[in-house]
Amino acid sequence: MIAYIARRLLEVVPTVLLVLTLVFLALRVLPGDPAVAALGEFATPAAIETFRHKLGLDQPMWRQYLAFLSQAVMGDFGQSMVNGTPINALLARSLPYTMELAAAALLFGMVVGVPLGVWTATKRDGAADGIARIFALLGFSLPDFYLGVLLLLAFSLHLDWFPMLGGGETFWDRMHHLVLPAITLGLVMAAFIMRLTRSSMLEVLRRDYVRTARGKGVAERWVIFKHALRNALIPVTTGMGIYLLTTLSGTITVELVFSRPGLGQLLIGGISARDYTMVQAGLVVFAFFVVVVNLLTDLLCAAIDPRITLR
Amino acid sequence: MTDQVSVRAYIGGNKVAAAGMTISLALIVLAIVAPWIVPQDPLDQSFLSAGQGPSAEHWLGTDSFGRDVFSRVLAGARVSLSIGIVAPTIAAFAGIWCGMVAGYFGGWTDRTISRSSDLLMSFPTLLLGVMIAAALGPSFQSAVIAIAIALFPRFVRLSRSATQVVKREPFIDASIAAGRGSASIMLRHVLPNIGGSLIVALTLWIATAIRLEAALSFLGLGAQPPAPSWGNMIRDGMSDLVGAPWPAACAGAAITIAVLAFNMVGDALRDMLDPEIDT
Repeated sequence: MIAYIARRLLEVVPTVLLVLTLVFLALRVLPGDPAVAALGEFATPAAIETFRHKLGLDQPMWRQYLAFLSQAVMGDFGQSMVNGTPINALLARSLPYTMELAAAALLFGMVVGVPLGVWTATKRDGAADGIARIFALLGFSLPDFYLGVLLLLAFSLHLDWFPMLGGGETFWDRMHHLVLPAITLGLVMAAFIMRLTRSSMLEVLRRDYVRTARGKGVAERWVIFKHALRNALIPVTTGMGIYLLTTLSGTITVELVFSRPGLGQLLIGGISARDYTMVQAGLVVFAFFVVVVNLLTDLLCAAIDPRITLR
Repeated sequence: MTDQVSVRAYIGGNKVAAAGMTISLALIVLAIVAPWIVPQDPLDQSFLSAGQGPSAEHWLGTDSFGRDVFSRVLAGARVSLSIGIVAPTIAAFAGIWCGMVAGYFGGWTDRTISRSSDLLMSFPTLLLGVMIAAALGPSFQSAVIAIAIALFPRFVRLSRSATQVVKREPFIDASIAAGRGSASIMLRHVLPNIGGSLIVALTLWIATAIRLEAALSFLGLGAQPPAPSWGNMIRDGMSDLVGAPWPAACAGAAITIAVLAFNMVGDALRDMLDPEIDT
């Protein structure tokens, strides 16, 4: 187990290095000078020269690369090219909004998805099957941001139950702002989780130990929740990493719908303002989450099913 | 009893497949003929008729620039569906070959290809799409490239594992003994055997690609205005949801119908061909 953890941790290093290198190169091979983008077409050559010098853009490529690497590893992303604000301060302000949205959506997805999955797996008649099929198909077909627009139209604009824009300031205000975005992303998650729980339940219910339990005369309710569900939830739990990452990338569009001041807004704002340092930082933070969540998922899977460590 | 249920499910699956196929084909035909059948110029602005609801003249109302929403949805189908079909096809073409090569040769070739595609695959498709579109700069082409790269590793994995299964068949050994080259064996013997599952996957990934394209152009990273795509119509509509809710609502409905139709076809094909396929 320790050897597996060590090996898995070592694998992270080349991955992170590769991602950082790709982010660095992608933004450097782009046509267009960031200095011109930041200062405008009509900036004097002297102003552009000063700007390039200040940001280190006049240095040779390998020095810029080393500087970028050491800064990224230390967690310092420099300052915004457009308005000079330290990027770390912007990240610190927007991260909580993204985190609370992803967490709330995932919670909603689990609370709705798991019971629905169990119900549609155990009641295999027309109605439950139909509901399962429709819910899953809609969940995979309705884009989350469109669902958000519809909820926004209905519950904010027409019924005025929830605020339209922003992320809120005080605790209750934030919770109030969180409801619609969390339901938007959470419903899509619920469809994913329902489908996985359902197929995993169906699989487990065919197993011998379930038949044995039934044969012993164990009550059906007990068979389902004690014998079947506990085993059926293993793939659901290990699939959590994928949900978490899907939810996290879903926050980018949903934040834009509800104008939440989160990480996605920073990244997309940076792209449209051609704020290269901002884009760099946003991409690195998102990639960091992907690497960490994948690592934690693998370790969690290994803890649940130790056979994995032998591969 | 069980027979009855499975027969009913089978017919149900076929009905779903038929409905999905009909809608998908209708949408593709509409997208192709869109320039000739749009009732009005989708780019034509008129402030006199801005923000109207549905009427005889404007079937789905107008947006806040007075452009006809019905014409824009039709014109948008062209952009959204062409990206939605072209990008996964490119991904499939590249991915199938890489996967076949990896699965057929094994060894370090396999390790190199699988490791890199696993790395790409560890990123959610939307996030990967945003990263690539951010690097390439927002445009129609970068949306195609971004989506193709995001879907590429999915095809690599599928065709690699399918190839590994086929490779163990005796007729492959027979071909090798008969002196056939590797490329020819892959093309003549491996590809036809893994084709079915790849077509199912392609249909399902077209659905995903349409949704991805919509998300990218909603974020402003796809097709650029004034050219309409379903995603950027929602983006435009967001600025005036109170005054003109029609563009966003109709474009979103169009995305949902298109994605639903391709998903229905893919799901039904999967049920019929092989329930074990994992996409």
